[in-house]
Amino acid sequence: MSNEFKVEIISPDNSILKTSASLVIIPSFEGEIGILRDHIPLITFLRPGLIKIGEEGEKKYFVEDGTVEFSNNNLLILTSTAKELGSLDKRSIETNLQDAKEKIKDNAISDKEKYLLSYKIDTLSEIDR
Amino acid sequence: MPSLDDLKKRIKSVKSTQKITKAMKMVAAAKLRKAQENAEKGRPYSQKMQNIILNLTKSINDPENAPKLLVGTGKDETYLCVVLTADRGLCGGFNSNICKLAKTNFKKILNEGKKLKIITVGSKGLDQIKREYGKYVIKKFSFKEKKQITFTEADIVGKEIIDLFKNGQFDKCILFFNNFKNVITQVPQAQQIVPAENKSVDLKEEKSNIYEFEPDEDEILEDLLPKNISTQVFKAFLENAASEQGSRMTAMDNATRNAGELVDKLTINYNRSRQASITKELIEIISGAESL
Repeated sequence: MSNEFKVEIISPDNSILKTSASLVIIPSFEGEIGILRDHIPLITFLRPGLIKIGEEGEKKYFVEDGTVEFSNNNLLILTSTAKELGSLDKRSIETNLQDAKEKIKDNAISDKEKYLLSYKIDTLSEIDR
Repeated sequence: MPSLDDLKKRIKSVKSTQKITKAMKMVAAAKLRKAQENAEKGRPYSQKMQNIILNLTKSINDPENAPKLLVGTGKDETYLCVVLTADRGLCGGFNSNICKLAKTNFKKILNEGKKLKIITVGSKGLDQIKREYGKYVIKKFSFKEKKQITFTEADIVGKEIIDLFKNGQFDKCILFFNNFKNVITQVPQAQQIVPAENKSVDLKEEKSNIYEFEPDEDEILEDLLPKNISTQVFKAFLENAASEQGSRMTAMDNATRNAGELVDKLTINYNRSRQASITKELIEIISGAESL
């Protein structure tokens, strides 16, 4: 138990998860970050992807955006979009995926948005499989 | 002296009013429990968001280039006031309290010779404000048809505020809402959200951690600050929703009690005049019999 730390996922209207784990992988804006106990204090924000909790990735959450703070062995994930993988139904994933694919065709959007959307499409099609 | 029939009708009408207020009280009590739960659940998010921003602010080494949303435009010419009220009445002083606080602030701002812009959320506040300050209202929101207010609605209002800010439409933004303390007490509050207020930087936090930032502070702040505004608006929504129900419950409880008192009084009156008419008839009969 000594190598575990606290994990909390909070959305504006609910506390989604409060547990402890020894490894959490988060899709940070610039790439995935694996966090272990005694990681140095960190603040970052998320791109669309999967949060994997536990060494085997026991729990997975799909997120679109959010903010992460890690300090004193407390991992805090603030997001308005986290959904547990099991609770997503296939149809909503597909419509979401279609939406994203439509949007990315639009040339008016900025590079940053394109970057985010491409990750959303990748993650969603991975889940969809 | 009202006739017996009138009194009877009056008692009946007061009783049916009492029934309505009692029902409203029950409904408000049920809704209150849910709203209160939501408000309490929503608190950690906004608090922690504020904490992160606080930590970020401290580690910014170049305040002049910091995002404008955090440090402000450097002027305080134009004020944007966002007044959050309910869409329904019959909740005691709930709406008036917010409006009263907002109006004192409006007066102060105008007296100082500054420009004023108002956004109202909820129709009741608009009704009270437009009489005096109608020409300052630039935008009105109403989520009447929504059963429950979610983050999406707060986001709409938040985005509007950010858009206005980006266009240089205002320098400072203040939110007006009722803070839910408990069922009986709701405190109207004015909270400044742009630029972010850092009054809670106290001494004991000084030994806080040195954070690693990914990508860097500025980019995180730029992503986080707009979100924070929506979050603060959402928090205000939740507090307001709980306060509205609490306030309505107390108001309806009082109304029910008052109606009860009125019924008691009227019933005494009714009985007295009934007794009076019986006595009168008796006297008439007796004096009639005597004269025979």
